[in-house]
Amino acid sequence: MASRTGLVARGNGRAYGDAAIGERVTLMTRGFDRIRGFDQRTGRIQVEAGVLLSDLLDIVVPKGIFPPVVPGTKFVTIGGMIASDVRGKNHHRDGGFGDYVESLTLALPDGGVVTCSRDENPELLSATIGGMGLTGTILDATFHLRPIETGWMRQTTTVARNLDGAIRALQETSRATYSVTWIDCLARGASLGRSLIFAAEHADRRDVEALRPGAEPYPTSRLGRLGVPLDLPSFALNRLSVSIFNELYFRAGAVKSGYPFLVHWNPYFFPLDGIGNWNRIYGREGFLQYQCVIPTLQAQAVLGSIIERVSKHGNASFLAVLKQLGSSHGDLSFPLEGFTLTLDLPVSDDVFPLLDELDRFVVEAGGRLYLAKDARQLPATFEAGYPGLPRFRDLRRAIGATGRISSRLSVRLGI
Amino acid sequence: MELSKTLLLVGGTSDIGRATALHYAKAGWHVQLAARNEEEARRNADDIRARTGAEVTVHRIDILETSDFDSLASSLPTLPDTVVCVVGELGDQAKGQIDIAHASLVLRTNFEGPALLLGFFAERFLARGSGTLVGVSSVAGDRGRGSNYLYGAAKAGFTAFLSGLRNRLAPKGLRVVTVKPGFVRTQMTAGMKLPPVLTAAPGEVGRAIFTAAEKSGRDVIYVRPVWLPVMMVIGSIPERFFKRLRL
Repeated sequence: MASRTGLVARGNGRAYGDAAIGERVTLMTRGFDRIRGFDQRTGRIQVEAGVLLSDLLDIVVPKGIFPPVVPGTKFVTIGGMIASDVRGKNHHRDGGFGDYVESLTLALPDGGVVTCSRDENPELLSATIGGMGLTGTILDATFHLRPIETGWMRQTTTVARNLDGAIRALQETSRATYSVTWIDCLARGASLGRSLIFAAEHADRRDVEALRPGAEPYPTSRLGRLGVPLDLPSFALNRLSVSIFNELYFRAGAVKSGYPFLVHWNPYFFPLDGIGNWNRIYGREGFLQYQCVIPTLQAQAVLGSIIERVSKHGNASFLAVLKQLGSSHGDLSFPLEGFTLTLDLPVSDDVFPLLDELDRFVVEAGGRLYLAKDARQLPATFEAGYPGLPRFRDLRRAIGATGRISSRLSVRLGI
Repeated sequence: MELSKTLLLVGGTSDIGRATALHYAKAGWHVQLAARNEEEARRNADDIRARTGAEVTVHRIDILETSDFDSLASSLPTLPDTVVCVVGELGDQAKGQIDIAHASLVLRTNFEGPALLLGFFAERFLARGSGTLVGVSSVAGDRGRGSNYLYGAAKAGFTAFLSGLRNRLAPKGLRVVTVKPGFVRTQMTAGMKLPPVLTAAPGEVGRAIFTAAEKSGRDVIYVRPVWLPVMMVIGSIPERFFKRLRL
């Protein structure tokens, strides 16, 4: 590896942008898929970086153990989860995945292999968590999993008639372990930002007894049957079809609001994983994902402007998700205390100017964009959002990573 | 609860070896992983242990060092109930045509080593009066082809050896299973363009081996049944046409 330059490691290729494409060489890591040690009693596990989260879940969930943090898809590698410092619906309470990494092994650009933990090479650890693979190649990681009593989630849905209501509801449900908001991006006027807030806890045995007497504590998953067999034509997703979908989805959610019910962990955490090749609904042109975070104080006003802008735009966002975030610890980690909005937008000529406009709202509010989903932000937007960047660059220089470990993303943004 | 049985898997760093050992471990077996590269075998042993909670031990073996088979046997915690040998080396046909040392390596790794090892355990199983021997051979051994006849010839020899061993041991109640996986997506075939219908995942091979050796009682299996008609067709082409085909 020492002789190669312009290299970056790739996990399962689920980043939306150019983060896991090497400038010259892309190192596939899926072969590093061994679990090296697992103590069922303490929940401590050591895995190689290419182990898939889905694989890990299959092994640990039936044993009553769950990862401390899971992102919105389970088809990611543990190495990718660390490199992107992924977070889930519990970030406001529990932090990101990187916060749970006890130690990791890193292959440096000079060929050396080092252990990074809170005590050993701590600077390298905080640069590697959220560091987009730009400090070296993660080989393995050790972290703790948590006990759960059942494989069910006790979910409560809250309806918010507009964005103010959504943010208030998210703050009110911040005591819930998991919380996420689906926003209808096409609603306008008084209904701008109308939302469904899904709060949930891991159900204990009493919950299951009360809500679904006699149910299996660890139900098997019945997902993964559906699939999108081909690219849909680009006109399939239009303002009308998406607003019909949104209306139905909103009503279906509203019917279930107010009282708790049980859902399987798989569809709660990974709704889109149940539909194979879901990205094909965007047709051949594909889509961009846009994820920004806005600090708490400005969140209401700025997110309001962003959603208003998107809702006026002809481009229908099929998916819009709002979450509350806490602070993070990696030099380039995405989360800061505030609210994060995620939009899926079909690619078209006029989507790029729209996103540039949204970037200006974000920068002005002191927010930032998530690197694993970015494919188009300007270096200035990035630099304004990530104050840890100079320290990260210094560290890259010090370990000889500059120019040797590089992805299309790092070249594009001048990391 | 019934006492756990023990598998000796020879070729413990290969993808098929890993998948097969994992399948046995999931079924409650103890596993002995033998391989030339102990460090690599330990990765797989850790993984199988973590996934299944099975007892897994690691043992060093070089299939070409036939004089070391005794010390391997004495290093095992117990004489296994089943031995599965997945050792193989595709080699480089073109190189083997001009380089005798390479040709010899391919022949010995695919035939001499695996055959002698299973023969070695056959004598111990006979002494005990029980045991199952599984050899992973190849469809390449069913008919020699210009593009890989060194490998194919060695596998043909191995297939014949297994057939003879089975014929000898069957009356004594011992089983010998011949496995012909066809194409498998592994390190050995990395980068090759393989027809999806004919290509199995390592996990399929592991499951097929376990089923044949421990459940169905079949003697010779193709992992994907589609290989049976394919090989029947290939086998039935008269030699005077076959020799002109580019295969």
